Amino acid sequence: EHPWSIAEKRRIRDCQQADIKYLSGWKQWKRTSSKSLKKVLSEVKELSSYLELWRHDIHSIEGKFGTGIQSYFSFLRFLVLLTFVIFILMFSFLTLPSIIAKYGIFNSSFAESPPKNTELHCTVYTPSGNQGLVYFYTYLKDLLSGTGFLEMTSLFYGYYTIDAAWFSILRYNLPLAYLLATFAYLALSLLWIIKRSVEGFKQNLVHHEDQFQSYCNKVFAGWDFCITDPNAARLKHRSLQYELQTDLEEERLKRKIADRTMKEKLRIYSLRIFINIIVIAVLSGCFYSIYRATVFSQENSNDVGNKNFQANLFVQYLPSVVITLANFIAPQIFSFLITFEDYSPAFEIRLTLMRCVFVRLANIGVLLFSLWSQISHCTTDKCKACGYNYELYPCWESEVGREMYKLMIFDFIIILAVTLFVDFPRKLLVTHCSCKPVQWCGLQEFGISDNVLEIIYGQTICWIGTFFSPLLPAIATIKYFIIFYIKKISLIHTRKPAARPIRASSSNFFFLVVLLIGLVLAFVPLGISIAHIPSSKACGPFRSFNTSWAVVPATVLGFPTGLQQVLHAIASEAFAVPFFMVICLIMVYLIALAGAHKRVVEQLREQLALESRDKLFLIRKITEAQR
Amino acid sequence: MGGSASLLPREALGEYQELTFLSKQEILLAYKRFSELLPKEERENACSVRVPKSQILKLPELRANPFQHRICHVFSTSDNGDDSMSFEDFLDMLSVFSDSAILEVKSHYAFRIFDFDDDGILDRKDLEKLVNCLTGQGEDSQLSNAEMEQLIQNILEESDIDKDGTINLSEFQLVVSRSPDFASSFKIVL
Repeated sequence: EHPWSIAEKRRIRDCQQADIKYLSGWKQWKRTSSKSLKKVLSEVKELSSYLELWRHDIHSIEGKFGTGIQSYFSFLRFLVLLTFVIFILMFSFLTLPSIIAKYGIFNSSFAESPPKNTELHCTVYTPSGNQGLVYFYTYLKDLLSGTGFLEMTSLFYGYYTIDAAWFSILRYNLPLAYLLATFAYLALSLLWIIKRSVEGFKQNLVHHEDQFQSYCNKVFAGWDFCITDPNAARLKHRSLQYELQTDLEEERLKRKIADRTMKEKLRIYSLRIFINIIVIAVLSGCFYSIYRATVFSQENSNDVGNKNFQANLFVQYLPSVVITLANFIAPQIFSFLITFEDYSPAFEIRLTLMRCVFVRLANIGVLLFSLWSQISHCTTDKCKACGYNYELYPCWESEVGREMYKLMIFDFIIILAVTLFVDFPRKLLVTHCSCKPVQWCGLQEFGISDNVLEIIYGQTICWIGTFFSPLLPAIATIKYFIIFYIKKISLIHTRKPAARPIRASSSNFFFLVVLLIGLVLAFVPLGISIAHIPSSKACGPFRSFNTSWAVVPATVLGFPTGLQQVLHAIASEAFAVPFFMVICLIMVYLIALAGAHKRVVEQLREQLALESRDKLFLIRKITEAQR
Repeated sequence: MGGSASLLPREALGEYQELTFLSKQEILLAYKRFSELLPKEERENACSVRVPKSQILKLPELRANPFQHRICHVFSTSDNGDDSMSFEDFLDMLSVFSDSAILEVKSHYAFRIFDFDDDGILDRKDLEKLVNCLTGQGEDSQLSNAEMEQLIQNILEESDIDKDGTINLSEFQLVVSRSPDFASSFKIVL
């Protein structure tokens, strides 16, 4: 393909057509078949573009607000698809077989054998479903906190108390399927995110400069050609001017920093250490309050005597409330503190973002940790025999699932509430009231990083919670679907565009990197739950096993001996150590290769500069000689 | 609506699909939008009529674009220099700006658009005009002389490999191929 106009291409094509008579039959056939293949592929691509969700909405947002904000909405669309696929996976491999087996459709049956080798007291589980006459608000409370009638539905782990299901003659190993489905959705998420981030990764690796783009990128790729709205164009002009001026100033600042004296450097570094200590103190404060709130909530919600509806609900939701408050307050404190640390503006933004990401994701970790400390808190011998606190948590996986469910519901309610009760009134106030402080406050900016962190926080909860509550992805999909429309309406009606320009490419890469961090962080609690903590003996598919992971060795023992030996060999040290060494060698080779290529590029650049000087010299000599 | 009289003939559609990066829907939409720019009488033979520049600039996609005049100039194949565009010029433009166009084609045309004096290289004057287009046309929205000097110095440092003070096509294409935002910003979709 070359940059020719249509008329030129037509001429070239006609020449080619004329030549085609002179080619052999084979070449003719090759050419026509490649043409028809191209046509078929383009038809398929056209059809698939019809299936793209929200194509028109995102296109109009791009036209009005530029590619930076559009990248947020594309990211949201990606998450909708991801959670939907996870839901289909979990539903078809876990929920559907369980429902079919439990209701005996298609000649199916299931086996629920009591676990052997365990104490009887561990296996007692009486879910407190609602019996008799109940008040209406009990249903509401159950819906919001996942107790009562929701407890024994397929929403939670406790429903899947099936050891094996039979469909006619086929035996379906549900415990194994549960574990493998969990690994499958984690692997699928990982691969899909990596595939999407490969493009941005290449660019950001190749660019050794600051992540916030060099001058050429800002000037040559600065203007979004898809902007259609004159207002947006005016704002874009202003933000480009602002960005260029800020970068030039930052460069001048860097030169100034390089000229700093030793005394100033010492002062700055000690100030930074002090502020980092304050940051750590803030974080510890958040973590401690989450821990106390979780412990308090667990202790008091198990107190059945408390019949007061609102108080009970509040106690149930206390951890979620504390986490949301921490997620709101901590970033404000961080952006206030960073102004004292005297970094360059680009680095300031990055550091604040990293701290906010850490706060949000670590909060979930602390919640889970405090839950586990409650669950594994064992004083009596009977309790130690089960491995977990069987009195309070006969089915502890359902309890964890319930906490994740509450977090997700609360997160959704908060997003709705903030849009309805903060954004719209603020917009009404700003348009109708013209007093000074209100106008100075003005409208809220559409802060992309805050919104993205919110979404990623929700997605991390979904990943962790899906093991304990297989239908959670469905709730997440519906939640993201509704959030798309809420954010779109909020953006169009109540927000003013950001003064600071956002670049689509670095945004995309940043979103995916943080999402990946969330996923990796989700591996940790799941790994500990599956492999370390004893599974509950009173409910769930892993009753007859020590831990949830134990189902895999048990299945491997059922394989033929040859296969078993192969699998044992792969998992042994004799294989792992040489494998690791080979991988290290390959990595060293590739790094050396990259270094060599860089040197060659440098040499070629110098050569080019030299040749250009020679050329100018020769031209001068020729003009002199001609005189 | 024009009705069946303003449909593109099928062979032409297939030909345009082959010769541009656009899909069938995009070509049909382009035809519809192009005929809307013409007065009613001329819509029958939209394929062979030239639309004056003032009409083209009324399109919302070009209306807010600071490079509108350069775009019309680069893509117009008009002989008398009035920058009027035929339907094929219009399709050419949309093809280069489409999602499926390859980077080399986009960077080639971007170079021509940014080359304000049409001399085949980007020198300091071109870069200055380019930056002024980006920041807006008001007095207070332009960079000061010192800032402009600093900026152009930085740009040349990053992209001028043979150090002759100008950017030629190969240098431009090299620097744009490493720019992560170019493909997503150099895009017009109807």
